[in-house]
Amino acid sequence: MAQEMSTRDAYGQTLVELGKTNPDIVVLDADLSKSTQTHLFGKAYPDRFFDCGIAEQNMVTIAAGLASSGKVPFCSTFAVFLPGRCFDQVRMSISQPGLNVKMATTHSGISVGEDGISHQAIEDLALACALPGLTVIVPADGVEADKAVRAAAEMIGPVYLRLGRPKVPVIYSQDYQFKIGQASCLLEGQDVTIIAIGILVKAALDAAADLQKEGLRCRVLNMSTVQPIDEAAILKAAAETGAIVTAEEHLAHGGLGSLVASVVAANRPVPMEFISMKDYAMSGKPAELMERYKLTAKDIAEAVRKVVKRKS
Amino acid sequence: MTRRIVDSASPAYQSAGAFKPAGPPKNYSVSELEVMAKKIRRAIITMIGNAGSGHPGGSLSAVEILTALYFRILKHNPSDPHWPERDRFILSKGHAAPALYAALAASGYLPEAELCTIRKIDSRLQGHPECGLTPGVEMSGGALGQGLSFGIGVTLAGRLNKKDYRTYVLLGDGECDEGQVWEAAMAAAHFKLDKLTAIVDHNGIQLDGWNKDIMNIEPLAQKWESFGWRAIQINGHDVAQVIDALEQAKKISGQPTVIIALTVKGKGVSFMENNPDFHGKAPNAEEMKIALKELE
Repeated sequence: MAQEMSTRDAYGQTLVELGKTNPDIVVLDADLSKSTQTHLFGKAYPDRFFDCGIAEQNMVTIAAGLASSGKVPFCSTFAVFLPGRCFDQVRMSISQPGLNVKMATTHSGISVGEDGISHQAIEDLALACALPGLTVIVPADGVEADKAVRAAAEMIGPVYLRLGRPKVPVIYSQDYQFKIGQASCLLEGQDVTIIAIGILVKAALDAAADLQKEGLRCRVLNMSTVQPIDEAAILKAAAETGAIVTAEEHLAHGGLGSLVASVVAANRPVPMEFISMKDYAMSGKPAELMERYKLTAKDIAEAVRKVVKRKS
Repeated sequence: MTRRIVDSASPAYQSAGAFKPAGPPKNYSVSELEVMAKKIRRAIITMIGNAGSGHPGGSLSAVEILTALYFRILKHNPSDPHWPERDRFILSKGHAAPALYAALAASGYLPEAELCTIRKIDSRLQGHPECGLTPGVEMSGGALGQGLSFGIGVTLAGRLNKKDYRTYVLLGDGECDEGQVWEAAMAAAHFKLDKLTAIVDHNGIQLDGWNKDIMNIEPLAQKWESFGWRAIQINGHDVAQVIDALEQAKKISGQPTVIIALTVKGKGVSFMENNPDFHGKAPNAEEMKIALKELE
């Protein structure tokens, strides 16, 4: 695999491979297939690809009907539209009956950049994680995206996959064993734990490398399955490192930060800091926005220093 | 999901047997279907009256449509609700759940005695239908506007799987206010789904009042036609007309068919007919007695 790859590119390519062996996989899109990369599947298997036009509510409910009849539908659009635009449909037609629909959205977070706040999904995890029984996965790189898509296709039940637009550095090697519901420990450490998702996993590793120079040994967990969250890994981190920083390209409310905090607060209270969005952003280059809204390795390192001082 | 549901094999559900399970399709005569429709109406009133809540108006208006489907048109097998070849009936207007449950019980999907559990704790008969919980319920309902889209998915799966089944979706007229209905109408015609039939229970009334006062949906048939559908308008309380329209729909190729069934909200109970108040209000004990008397 290349040094850099977007998670949406990995998704598009993996779907084509899955389509070869599983004739029940069907793909739906809402007029964004060239952006979400589902057009690759559409080209390979035109009979199993349904462009539903700009009608997300209709698309996800069609997917529910396909799933109820034994198909394995993947439906894609931007993360601002799914689940936001069609929350009621996802809730009643997919989540409540637990139908086997895979919702893979791209262009999540502020790293979509110039399109502005209408296109920057920073609430989608809150909506997705509000639905009982919905598995929610945020891959950190192309390798994990590939494995997550395969795992989603194999499991029975609804899945929300949050993918991104920009190319991101590859973190994992091909022998990485991805498992739904299991956090992946990328770095061992005893002083503090950084729990990150998506493109902030790489930032967390960079922060940990810098902090190492100051003598701080950080544990870095990639919590790629946000729901059901890996409580055991969180509690182990709380017990062994005594402080946690979460990092996500999403609002803290309803996102990774609040999900980790609720586990920590109920079982093993330790100081926490949250690297997350606090409000809507604006147009700009992705890197500029990440810096402006304090989602960089430098910001994570700062939060780590702060949380360590709060340890009793 | 950890919800505890009472097993239908429980002695509490042993049927009193007023409905003879219909079993696999049988050729009921129109007069036999009319008798069945009356039984279903009585069941609806009894269910909603006992539950103390529910939606009688839109359940009663849909009775002949359901009767024609379950006892004449649908290829189905109540003893095998997941039979892959079955025709699919999707109740998009989920608040008509009592009518659906009564039709399912009369068909043999459920013991008739289970009907009295509707809306009660631990029942398989939820206030609005839930698929996976009640045998014969194809889709979860309650939030309007989703059934036609779901039906498109079911029909596309049939096409991909090379199955011969047909899909029927029952919508309310007030439900046609929902934008998603028209997203689906556009898509079904685009995908040329001639095995998909929509039926609009056009009783003219929604919760807040008459359609024409709340949100005008006319000209309804022309709207569907302009979206690429074949539209057939009928008297939705004339079983023979309902059957005839559903048979016509089977013969139309290359496009989906919609049957605009002109109905009366609350049909069969004098004080409920055309009365918006009985959209979502249960009859009290006295009203229930009068209603059942009228339906003898």
